[in-house]
Amino acid sequence: LAEHAQQAGLAHQFENLEQQQETASLGIWVFLVTEIMFFGGLFASYAIYRYFYYSAFAEGSRILSVFWGSLNTGVLLTSSLTMALSVRAAQLGKRRLLMIFLVLTMLLGTTFLGIKGIEYHDKFVEHVVPGIDFAPEGRVLAEVSPGGLGHAQLYFIFYFAMTGVHAIHMIIGICVLLVILFQARRGKFTTQYFAPVEVAGLYWHFVDIVWIFLFPLLYLVGGRY
Amino acid sequence: MSSHVVPFKTYFMVFLALLLLLALTTGMAYVDLGGFNTVIALAIAFVKMLLVMLFFMHLRQSSALMRTVVVAGFFWLAILIGLTYSDYSTRTWIQPPQSWSNSAPATHP
Repeated sequence: LAEHAQQAGLAHQFENLEQQQETASLGIWVFLVTEIMFFGGLFASYAIYRYFYYSAFAEGSRILSVFWGSLNTGVLLTSSLTMALSVRAAQLGKRRLLMIFLVLTMLLGTTFLGIKGIEYHDKFVEHVVPGIDFAPEGRVLAEVSPGGLGHAQLYFIFYFAMTGVHAIHMIIGICVLLVILFQARRGKFTTQYFAPVEVAGLYWHFVDIVWIFLFPLLYLVGGRY
Repeated sequence: MSSHVVPFKTYFMVFLALLLLLALTTGMAYVDLGGFNTVIALAIAFVKMLLVMLFFMHLRQSSALMRTVVVAGFFWLAILIGLTYSDYSTRTWIQPPQSWSNSAPATHP
């Protein structure tokens, strides 16, 4: 028992740190599966309405900016790299490197939200926010299908709901990383005990994966040819 | 999970592959492939997801238990999307019998 107590970060119900880490990772994966089902509901309803109102959805997607969308995807993929490198730095016990990569990840996450903000602003300026004076200028939305304007609004409801919920996940992720950063600063993690960094990383990568699917489904459905 | 440390080079190569696939999927949007545009875009997204999960999320080194949880999650997701989509997309294939005409007709949402 004395030996047990010596291991930093080991909770008393676990045999050893490896078992504790395994439990933590399994726990966050079970949570992520519930998140898959949560976003899955949105993706399923998106798929059905896209099937019914394809032309309105395609026309709506062409209003979005491929430039901002692909740039943001690149920013998020880069943040996933820095997050993976954060976990690696924690494994190697490099505290300073861990903190640098955590800050980089948070900065990239904030950049993503900033670009998202620019896009949202543009949508307000272009009058393509559903329910608020929805009237895109110079578009043929009304002609693409009967009730085209209404169906296009539906597309933008999906756009704002899906990217909005995703953005909330990003904000939560940044808050979690902030906590991890303070813990790292206090020297809480060792080469043996770094489960919180790994768990936060798994959540961060999951949010990245959601965007990997949102980008083609929302920005590229209509094609740009 | 193990304390196995993945080399920096591996992470960086995965990152480059992800950026390459991003460029590919964006480029494909400018080429008219008919119905295949969506299929290819989703296939690329799927490959990107696999890369992130296997390397960044360490599923390559994970235990069988962890992988089972992940696969089970996607299995249920497939049921959710597959059954719902096949229901809505086939509703007009067979018309209800004439004798049912007094009941409310099937409508689109």
